[in-house]
Amino acid sequence: MSAVSVAGLVVRYGRVTAVDGVSFDAHAGEVLALLGPNGAGKTTTVETLEGYRRPDAGRVSVLGLDPIADHAELTRHVGVMLQQGGVYPGIRAREALRLFAAFYHPDHEDPDELLDRVGLASVASSTWRALSGGEQQRLSLALAVVGRPRVAFLDEPTAGVDPGGRQVVRQVVRDLAGAGTAVVLTTHELEEVERVADRVVIVDRGTVVAAGTPAELTSSGAPVEEIRFGAPAGLDTAVLAVALGAAVEEVTPGEYRVDTAPTPAAVAALTAWLAEHDLSLADLRAGRQTLEDVFLRLTGPDSHPGAR
Amino acid sequence: MSTTAVAAQTRVELALTLRRGESVLLTLGIPVVLLVFFSVVDVLPLPTGVTEAVDFLAPGILALAVMSTAMVSLAIATGFERSYGVLKRLGSTPLGRPALLAAKTLAVLAVEALQVVVLVAVATVLGWRPEGSALVAAGAVLLATVGFAGLGLLMAGTLRGEVTLAAANGLYLVLLLLGGMVFPLDRLPAALEAVARLLPAAALSGALDAALSAPPSVAVGPWAVLATWAVVAPALAAWRFRWE
Repeated sequence: MSAVSVAGLVVRYGRVTAVDGVSFDAHAGEVLALLGPNGAGKTTTVETLEGYRRPDAGRVSVLGLDPIADHAELTRHVGVMLQQGGVYPGIRAREALRLFAAFYHPDHEDPDELLDRVGLASVASSTWRALSGGEQQRLSLALAVVGRPRVAFLDEPTAGVDPGGRQVVRQVVRDLAGAGTAVVLTTHELEEVERVADRVVIVDRGTVVAAGTPAELTSSGAPVEEIRFGAPAGLDTAVLAVALGAAVEEVTPGEYRVDTAPTPAAVAALTAWLAEHDLSLADLRAGRQTLEDVFLRLTGPDSHPGAR
Repeated sequence: MSTTAVAAQTRVELALTLRRGESVLLTLGIPVVLLVFFSVVDVLPLPTGVTEAVDFLAPGILALAVMSTAMVSLAIATGFERSYGVLKRLGSTPLGRPALLAAKTLAVLAVEALQVVVLVAVATVLGWRPEGSALVAAGAVLLATVGFAGLGLLMAGTLRGEVTLAAANGLYLVLLLLGGMVFPLDRLPAALEAVARLLPAAALSGALDAALSAPPSVAVGPWAVLATWAVVAPALAAWRFRWE
């Protein structure tokens, strides 16, 4: 049985369809990322699983139960991190964690130990409103996991978190999955997905546009007939194109695309030309797409032929 | 309902209330200042038959204190908790709504107990000699607390946080003036007095005045008004309350 199951979910706000036929499953012990641009329907999907929204069509179940009808039963086993705090502005960090621990009594993490694990021991006596954005996110995460949930829904857990904090968040998420929890998180940050997710569901405009492991997604589609490289901005692409016998385009300043099969010979010709002109090479990628390429291909403006 | 959860939630509700300066000012500061000022400075009209200002003021200020805690303070705190998504977040914990309501009730009663201790002490220093029945007075306070809390939660559950703040403070002022708390009801124009007597504030100060006089009595009119508000206001709040 899947820990989380979504089948043909449709959610409308008035005349706007926020989620339009989304389906996916998440299993115990895995981290599933819902990836998509802002407004894609990620939060609506998660809030339906949390029991805050009623599906207009389709079925959702968590641990085999209905998020609304069986809400009271599910609260003991589901950890939730809302996109926006939801914590008393005047409560102290340790006080909040002890309060939430009491809700799950007696089966909960030790609040002080958990506070330490999310790196907030030094601000344990600070009130929520005195914490930085990143610290608030980490406290929110701690509040979501203090009850040892079997399923965790984390809405944008790394939004506004600094690099050090991100490491902490990733570690907590991986530990959670390691302990057998099914983790469903939303994000629009590709780097997070590549670092933390076992499986990715890419959502755009309320529908699933791709799903799979990060490796599956990056190896899907037609073979990539291009070489990408980074070099100083403003190279004479016309001259380089003549040298390589292929079209060259400066995609963004300092990032170039060569329209050729990524053969060793083509790469050699490119690097030789750069060496000859004494130019530094910042990055080189041949024949492999990143998750970012997949994401942009699937959700970028060009992916909607019907859209203006 | 888990007693561990209710106890923890009550402790936090109470701690947060006492930590908010504006809430302490409203629930303790203003009642004490009004009680002392109008007992010492002889500017207030007194109801017919009363000679010492503190004898009129003490029951009225106790009523004001109950109103400020059960209605105003509760409304403002709950309204902002709703705006900040705190209620939404608590909704996904095992705490549950009945336990949250129980914790809020216990916290309100605890603050009221503190107010009674402080205000009775101050009034006694000012020469008040309460007679009558503390039990009847406590009954009136409990009944009024239910009604006031219903009104507070009705505002908190239907209006935005800032609007709740304004509405609760506005209602506080109106009920203070029409509540027989610092200004005797029988000095009001007849029509206004008739309206005032149907409001929970005047009903509570009237019920407390009757309960704390010798011999103590259960004032039927005020008790009927309090009972009506105690049924209607929470029912309206339960019906209209929106958690998000």
